[in-house]
Amino acid sequence: MRKNLNVIAAYSIMMGLIVLVGIFQSWNIALSIFNLCLISAVMTMGANIQWGYAGLINFGIMGYTALGGLAAVLISVNPVQEAWSAGGLNILFSLFLIIGMVLAVRYVLKKYEKSKTRTYIIAAIIILGIIIIRFVSEPGIEAIEEVDPAKTGFLGGFGLPIIFSWIVGALFAGGLAFVIGKVALGLRADYLAIATLLISEIVIAIIKHEDWLTRGVKNVIGLKRPAPYEVNLQQTDWFINLVEKFNSSKLNLISDFAERQAALNQFVIEGSSIFVKLCYSGLFLVVVIILLILTQKALYSPWGRMMRAIRDNEEAANAMGKNVVKQHLLIFVLGSAIVGIAGAMLVTQDGLFTPGSYRPMRYTFLIWVMVIVGGSGNNFGAILGGFVVWFLWIESAPIGLYLVNLTTAGLDDAHFLKVHLIESVPYFRFLMMGAGLLLIMRYRPKGILPEKIEIK
Amino acid sequence: MDFLNAIILLLNYIFVPALAYGSQLALGAIFVTLIYGILRFANFATGDMMSFGTMFTILFTWYFQSVGIGLGVLPTALLAIPFAVIFMIGYMLLIDKFVFKYYRVNKSPPVQLAMVSIGVMFVTQAVVRIIIGPSDRRFFDGEKFLIRAGEFKDMTGLNEGLAIKSTQVITILITVILVSTLFWFLNKTKTGKSMRAYSDNEDLALLSGIDPKKIVMITWIIAGILATIGGALYGLDKSFKPFTYFNNMLPIFAAAIVGGIGNPFGAFLGGYVIAFSEILLTYAYKKFFMYVLPESMEPDGLVQLLSTDYKFAVSFSILVIVLLYRPSGIFKGKVL
Repeated sequence: MRKNLNVIAAYSIMMGLIVLVGIFQSWNIALSIFNLCLISAVMTMGANIQWGYAGLINFGIMGYTALGGLAAVLISVNPVQEAWSAGGLNILFSLFLIIGMVLAVRYVLKKYEKSKTRTYIIAAIIILGIIIIRFVSEPGIEAIEEVDPAKTGFLGGFGLPIIFSWIVGALFAGGLAFVIGKVALGLRADYLAIATLLISEIVIAIIKHEDWLTRGVKNVIGLKRPAPYEVNLQQTDWFINLVEKFNSSKLNLISDFAERQAALNQFVIEGSSIFVKLCYSGLFLVVVIILLILTQKALYSPWGRMMRAIRDNEEAANAMGKNVVKQHLLIFVLGSAIVGIAGAMLVTQDGLFTPGSYRPMRYTFLIWVMVIVGGSGNNFGAILGGFVVWFLWIESAPIGLYLVNLTTAGLDDAHFLKVHLIESVPYFRFLMMGAGLLLIMRYRPKGILPEKIEIK
Repeated sequence: MDFLNAIILLLNYIFVPALAYGSQLALGAIFVTLIYGILRFANFATGDMMSFGTMFTILFTWYFQSVGIGLGVLPTALLAIPFAVIFMIGYMLLIDKFVFKYYRVNKSPPVQLAMVSIGVMFVTQAVVRIIIGPSDRRFFDGEKFLIRAGEFKDMTGLNEGLAIKSTQVITILITVILVSTLFWFLNKTKTGKSMRAYSDNEDLALLSGIDPKKIVMITWIIAGILATIGGALYGLDKSFKPFTYFNNMLPIFAAAIVGGIGNPFGAFLGGYVIAFSEILLTYAYKKFFMYVLPESMEPDGLVQLLSTDYKFAVSFSILVIVLLYRPSGIFKGKVL
């Protein structure tokens, strides 16, 4: 108990801050911060597995997040029958061609020794394959995108409950990580960082511009929900009764029936959106707790010990007969899969998929700030980092506004400097993130909750 | 005649723009490569440092415009660049003193320095947006075109026009002057040679009495010059927007690595490799084939290898291929 005191203290302060937001701003804001904190926590756990356990830099978090989001769309949206009949065959045929191409490349790789001719053969297969696939898929894609472009214009998905997409998102992201890991993991640390960053940009470019699959920048809105809808809740009896019970002390003060009814309505509307957010919080909390248990178990298992050994001294671990390459690939896939889950969760919560919103600042670098600030190698630290950084990211605007008002209190309200500073309050979040990261890196390089390994 | 038309078409839409874009990338790539070669880390704040320098250029341009100082047909920004460079160098040295020096002295691993540069990226981005705002700004003034498409058509009697923007010529000229001065400095002067020695083997350089503080300072000064001029030229040619500058970091990295990171000449060529491949692969060749091929063989489609949406993806794919087959870049890296 004693040795975990700092963990408990840090988490209580964090929860206290969120509760304070609930009291002073509104419970709606507090809960939406809390939900995104939970999603961020899942992402940081994924990044922490790669960086903290194995020392792999992955700057491609944005790409996996977007793939998770894509999974949410492909699983939950109802299939668009007309689009399938218009161009489904072409797409399926192209898919087979791609599989054939990959198999052919694999065959060549296995069959022939490494040589210049082999490289040329592979290049020829790929170029030929791409040309053929373009010829096959082009008419299909055009036909699909012409099917009611204002509403669909894409193939749609499988029409399953969106919750399944969390698993599928993990599979997608893990699959991509497998491919990237196969080709890029041999690179040195900073090359790997740059390569993954650029690959994630390619993934985003594809998601943005392949309209037949994702609707691209036209966005997919109105995804199914695992939680009830506010409008339906507001008309259910048990919910109204529940809200009445909760607010009975306030309602009893109002004697006029009409006024009371109006107040109750107001409470029901507010309560419904809080209730929906609570549902999400519950779901996300389950995911975070399951992942936390699994990652903690892994950290203290022989496998976790081996990963740390590889991280701390690759050559020595290799000399002891550990397969470094294989373990790196495994952990790269695992971490990315967790990020994929977070991506699907994010889209589930928002109910919409907007490929244009995936930017490296928000989805890659911010997550890295979370990992570093929280404490790499320590799962509790990573989760805490997600909470702290997301909380600051959201609340930095009010804090910045307060600071600006404080420092420019002597100036006239219309003074150009004050007006300019108040206009630029949203950018104080970047300043806070950067300064926070620099301070932590300098004075507490292991993060708020440093890695602590006890051999049990 | 048709053949000439086709050539002019390619010149107008591919060669000239790619040359200008490539020069802008090349300056950024040399900046990245210098930092990597001498200070030994991947600087993720590249794009934002460039936007920081450009911001100073714009502020000085506005000041000069308000006072009424100008260069006539040339953009006022050219006058503003030297002043901006001074401020930028001050900023670079300040950052080095308060942020990077600590890690360098402690001999932290490069990865840690790269993380620190992410912190610098956040801060710089915030400062730029707080001072000048996130919106799109044009600060070009003076004569816009050297040759207009219409004039060119009248002059030569061809169907295709060739338009050359003055910013494109300025970009290419300044890049050539700057880069040749830099190479002269690195190869001929004593300080330049000691920089190369330091990059090649730090311990050996220290043993032979090279002052590391001086090397680091000069590196930051050169970096400041490159970042400001590169950023200002890009802003003059296109427009200034902090977010675009942040994104430009990616093709710049690609150029530096393709050319062999740590090798300034490689970075210089890498910029053009990236720019030309981006534009060559995404250009629709339909009109070109209409001129070159006989009428019966004219293509139906746009004859575009990739849609323009994938412009960035092209450079990244090249980078990935280079990383896989020649991790040290086309021109062997890490020799400076």
